[in-house]
Amino acid sequence: MAGKTLYDKIWDAHVADEQDDGTCLLYIDRHLVHEVTSPQAFEGLRIAGRKVRAPEKTIAVPDHNVPTTEGRDKHIDNEESRIQVEALDKNARDFGINYYPVSDIRQGIVHIVGPEQGWTLPGMTVVCGDSHTATHGAFGALAHGIGTSEVEHVLATQTLIQKKSKNMKVEITGKLRPGVTAKDITLSVIGATGTAGGTGYVIEYCGEAIRDLSMEGRMTVCNMAIEGGARAGLIAPDETTYAYVMGRPHAPKAAQWEAALTWWKTLHSDDDAHWDKVVTLKGEDIAPVVTWGTSPEDVLPITGAVPAAEDFKGGKVEAAARSLDYMGLKPGTKLTDIKIDTVFIGSCTNGRIEDLRAAAAILKGKKIKDGMRAMVVPGSGLVRAQAEEEGLAQIFIDAGFEWRLAGCSMCLAMNPDQLSPGERCAATSNRNFEGRQGRGGRTHLMSPAMAAAAAVTGHLTDVRELM
Amino acid sequence: MDKFTTLTGIAAPMPLVNIDTDMIIPKQFLKTIKRSGLGKNLFDEMRFTQDGQEIPDFVLNQPAYRRAEIIVAGDNFGCGSSREHAPWALLDFGIRCVISTSFADIFFNNCFKNGILPIVLPEEAVAVLMEDARRGANARMTVNLEDQTVTTSDGKSYSFEVDAFRKHCLLNGLDDIGLTLEKVSAIDSFEKIAGQSRPWV
Ligand code: SF4
Repeated sequence: MAGKTLYDKIWDAHVADEQDDGTCLLYIDRHLVHEVTSPQAFEGLRIAGRKVRAPEKTIAVPDHNVPTTEGRDKHIDNEESRIQVEALDKNARDFGINYYPVSDIRQGIVHIVGPEQGWTLPGMTVVCGDSHTATHGAFGALAHGIGTSEVEHVLATQTLIQKKSKNMKVEITGKLRPGVTAKDITLSVIGATGTAGGTGYVIEYCGEAIRDLSMEGRMTVCNMAIEGGARAGLIAPDETTYAYVMGRPHAPKAAQWEAALTWWKTLHSDDDAHWDKVVTLKGEDIAPVVTWGTSPEDVLPITGAVPAAEDFKGGKVEAAARSLDYMGLKPGTKLTDIKIDTVFIGSCTNGRIEDLRAAAAILKGKKIKDGMRAMVVPGSGLVRAQAEEEGLAQIFIDAGFEWRLAGCSMCLAMNPDQLSPGERCAATSNRNFEGRQGRGGRTHLMSPAMAAAAAVTGHLTDVRELM
Repeated sequence: MDKFTTLTGIAAPMPLVNIDTDMIIPKQFLKTIKRSGLGKNLFDEMRFTQDGQEIPDFVLNQPAYRRAEIIVAGDNFGCGSSREHAPWALLDFGIRCVISTSFADIFFNNCFKNGILPIVLPEEAVAVLMEDARRGANARMTVNLEDQTVTTSDGKSYSFEVDAFRKHCLLNGLDDIGLTLEKVSAIDSFEKIAGQSRPWV
């Protein structure tokens, strides 16, 4: 019998029931909740007179809608946003779940708060009504996004109705070159496989370049597994993982830590495990990349030029033509000639301390280009506090960046931070869809260092020239 | 959830690939705490100008497709976020079935939870259905879930695969939570065993 993959092992440890056709009830260890995709689920529970089955395993934090300016703990101007945040306050209270309100320094983007507080641990099943739940896979946890009906299902039953996905291995061999980061890895993988390349699969990322990444970097990689269409992304836990987890508020302690560690050390794919699909990239071949279009698969090395619609095949020709039109780009334009109006550093992809350090390293002693709008939105209140302590905040402020409170902010522009039509943004987030950062707004995805470089020069820039 | 058995209706052609959830329902409409009323904002930024005027070229604004109940779409429909507002908006507009060569995983799941049938067919079949949809309001397609077939207005029929359990739930309009709670003893015993072997969870 073939060995098991990491995914197989976590899956097998969580099946509470299996029907003849392979439909399973998967037990959920952690359920993360935010204000946008949960109100209808709690309403459903109330109507049916149901309780939250495991409130101690349920963690809520408002992040999507919240303003990232001072005073938000007193009042939120936008009425609909306020109602959603108040609804979460009330639901958390009524159903007795763990909660980090905006007034709490631990508040932040749900996918940053979970790991930071030690809620996310290796070998767990983690779900959230949010596609970027894939982030938590960095710990070797099976983590994925669910819809609101499923949120209600997990609240009521602590399980999810699931069928098993197939196994896909993405190996990044060797070392990364200077200036190349986890964001460049994950974008390059999507560039290689397409946004549907992972559909039907759970991806395990492995190889030397992945092993060399910090937990922050691994979270960046797994965060975008969903952009490649995969249900989840995973990285096997190792010493880097244990070191990050140890001592976090909700991590196991003493004897339980030892017991957990013993199990965690079994969580890796066996050498003879079966893979349904394998993709290998050489770490040395990965360059700093940016996106040019309106799909995360529209990735090119920064040294490249805008493609023409005819360079593509099938339905992508029309989509590329539409993208180029929307993005206001002419084929053949050098990517480094594209001028930028705005820079956004933040999001669950790149809003952690290491990301802020990387951007600050480029910005130190420099100013942003005249007329540029630039903001940093730390991923959590604790990231923000740490960045202030390390002097990073001052570097950003001196360079001309706005220094914001934690939240999703301009990643999806549900709060007041939005692009205007035609405004072009260098963003460290994960989606460049039409209208994602505001109607008519144009998004180029890249790493924090690349975004910082663009802020300085006013155009897309090869960060290696500023290093 | 409403049952889905058979549907004969107008199909709107949307050949674009990678139609994402931000297109289906832009985020400014996610601020609701209700499930209903999202149909008027379905495909909002493709359907209306910034000042709320209809964009005449957009398929669902054309007289022939205003009452469409089926969408025939390009590859990877529904990619992007987990927002169930996407199927809620489709349903509220009156769409009960989407046909494509492929769907994004979470969107695909969300459809079944809301009485919408997503159908995956090979490229050649989708191409024929796309042509049929282009003929407008007089060309009605028929989807039969029981038989697992889609039939064009001129009688060409294609069979599709659907997960047996999901088909059963859709045909009978069954609520997942109710079904799962019938197995509560399995969940109880799992919790007990897992609580012993992984007490730190
Ligand atoms: S930061 Fe962006 S991608 Fe991440 S959870 Fe918030 S909105 Fe979603």
